Amino acid sequence: MMPMTDLPPFLIFYIAAILVMLLPNRLGQLVSLTAPVLGGLLLYFLADTAGQWHIAEVVLEPVRVDDLSRLFGYLFHIAAFIGVLFSIHLRDRLQATTSLLYAGSAIGAVFAGDLLTLFFFWELMALSSMFLILARRTERAYRAGMRYFLIQAVSGVLLLLGTLIIYAQTGSLAFDHIELTSLASLLIFVAFGIKCAFPLFHNWLTDSYPESTPTGAVFLSAFTTKVAVYALARGFAGTEALVYIGAVMTCFPIFYAVIENDLRRVLAYSMINQIGFMVVGIGLGTALAINGAIAHAFNDVIFKGLLMMSMGAVLFRTGRMNGSDLGGLYKSMPVTTSLCIIGAASISAFPLFSGFVSKAMVMSAVLDEGHEFVWLALLFASAGVFHHAGIKIPFFAFFGHDAGIRTSEPPVNMLLAMVIAAILCVLIGVYPWLLYDLLPFSVDYNPFDRSHVLAQLQLLMFSAAAFAWLKFARIYPPELRSTNIDVEWLYRKFLPGLSSYCGGLLSSGSRGTSAALRAGNKAIMKVIFRHYGPHGTLARTWPTGSMVLWVAIILAASLLLYYF
Amino acid sequence: MPEKNHFFDNKQNVRLIMWLLVAICFVLVIIDLIVHRHVVHPIEALWSFYAWFGFISCVFLVLVSKLLRKILMRREDYYDAND
Repeated sequence: MMPMTDLPPFLIFYIAAILVMLLPNRLGQLVSLTAPVLGGLLLYFLADTAGQWHIAEVVLEPVRVDDLSRLFGYLFHIAAFIGVLFSIHLRDRLQATTSLLYAGSAIGAVFAGDLLTLFFFWELMALSSMFLILARRTERAYRAGMRYFLIQAVSGVLLLLGTLIIYAQTGSLAFDHIELTSLASLLIFVAFGIKCAFPLFHNWLTDSYPESTPTGAVFLSAFTTKVAVYALARGFAGTEALVYIGAVMTCFPIFYAVIENDLRRVLAYSMINQIGFMVVGIGLGTALAINGAIAHAFNDVIFKGLLMMSMGAVLFRTGRMNGSDLGGLYKSMPVTTSLCIIGAASISAFPLFSGFVSKAMVMSAVLDEGHEFVWLALLFASAGVFHHAGIKIPFFAFFGHDAGIRTSEPPVNMLLAMVIAAILCVLIGVYPWLLYDLLPFSVDYNPFDRSHVLAQLQLLMFSAAAFAWLKFARIYPPELRSTNIDVEWLYRKFLPGLSSYCGGLLSSGSRGTSAALRAGNKAIMKVIFRHYGPHGTLARTWPTGSMVLWVAIILAASLLLYYF
Repeated sequence: MPEKNHFFDNKQNVRLIMWLLVAICFVLVIIDLIVHRHVVHPIEALWSFYAWFGFISCVFLVLVSKLLRKILMRREDYYDAND
């Protein structure tokens, strides 16, 4: 029998998910909390391996452990633990089970050594995470969940297609560096890109995450996009296109974030912005850039999780999530407010908070490689992050105009989960070598360089000054109940509109055809009616006498014919 | 029982925070005169580059977003009829 420590890391989560489904609630909660801890410990003892399975002629590598996958493995165990703790008060077996399945699938995906295994977990992630949206149990969430799943499934199909073509061409399924040169590699690139929320493919994220449950969003924001970042780092490191794609990703969402009312949707847009920094780093492909991208992915899961949790706590307590309906909550939720501010400081990359030590690596790498316009774009985006995520989120939820809501702090487990995330944010921010030592390349980088700290403080404080001035001068756009159209307009408004228009055309066409057919029918019926109708020649009744006469004539004729 | 007066209910505290922010900004640009920042790109060497870049970026961001609202903003139930 294989030793306990050789268990594939995802298996613990799957077993836990089954147990949670079957066991009574209390026991299930215990299992849910134990699974990430146990899994993390086992991962710590798991040696760097690449076990191979031979099925007929196909070689699969279901578990490959190296520095890169191990780092993401630890990250996902931490995220799973925080997420489970945050949602442990729920009596919802569906969410408890699917969130464990989801975490397990994400872990399975980062340890997948071949493309087919990756595909398998890729799809399981899509399926299990969908339930975290459906579990909101509203019509809106149901529709958003279906759209989410459809787009995730398309990503999976593209991945499978690319995998099969590569297998046919090379006879190998191994998931290593892929040159972006062939159709197959492009298919895989797009599959990763959809999950990574590349521009134009990004809308599933901002559509579905804000519709998920208060606790579900915490899981969602941790796994799917970060698995895609991992996959890009593994497969397409150094692909130059990614530098430009990433730069666009950092810039365009912040405009949306400024005018968006739903605060969790603001966070969703800011998530695309943060992933943009990682994508740029992966595209550069240098040791510093890759390290920066991965370190930033690590930090982002924690601080974005913290922000999502603080908003989840607000939604859980007040039932509201629109900036226009919130405000003044610092009076009744002071602890949540403080924790949210720690998350906000981290995402804004304040010195001594976690975002600072990782984003700086990417920025330095961009300048080292001579991409000065990309660097300026990232600098603009950095100022913008502070503006919309660092200030807007806490300001409109907890300060600003007092909406008159008086509530209380969230349950202890929620606070505890947020406290853990906040401690990690500060710990990594103060002592980044904790994280640096886990990175795939050795790190020779000091983030607390005097020039750099001064530069970052200038950038952030003057961004804050800009916010304050715009707010006092009443130039800052107010929070309004609204929807802002994005790419989703194509498939939620234009295509349905087009199809109903085409449907209209078709039905008017068919009306025309059937009218023509009816007219033709009528003409035929008229002819038939003339001959067979009550007054038709062929329907006339003849007197018996005339019939006898005719019979006599025929008999006479046949008699005459007989004689001759 | 009337609700207790909270920190930001007092307008003076808001003003205090604002003056604090202005003071910090002021100190930061003064330090920039004294301390030599190590630079990689020549544009960084401009006086307090990061300060004014941050300020202008944010004003630009907000003004453009306000314009975008004119194009992008729809009713809250915009999609509900189609879904």
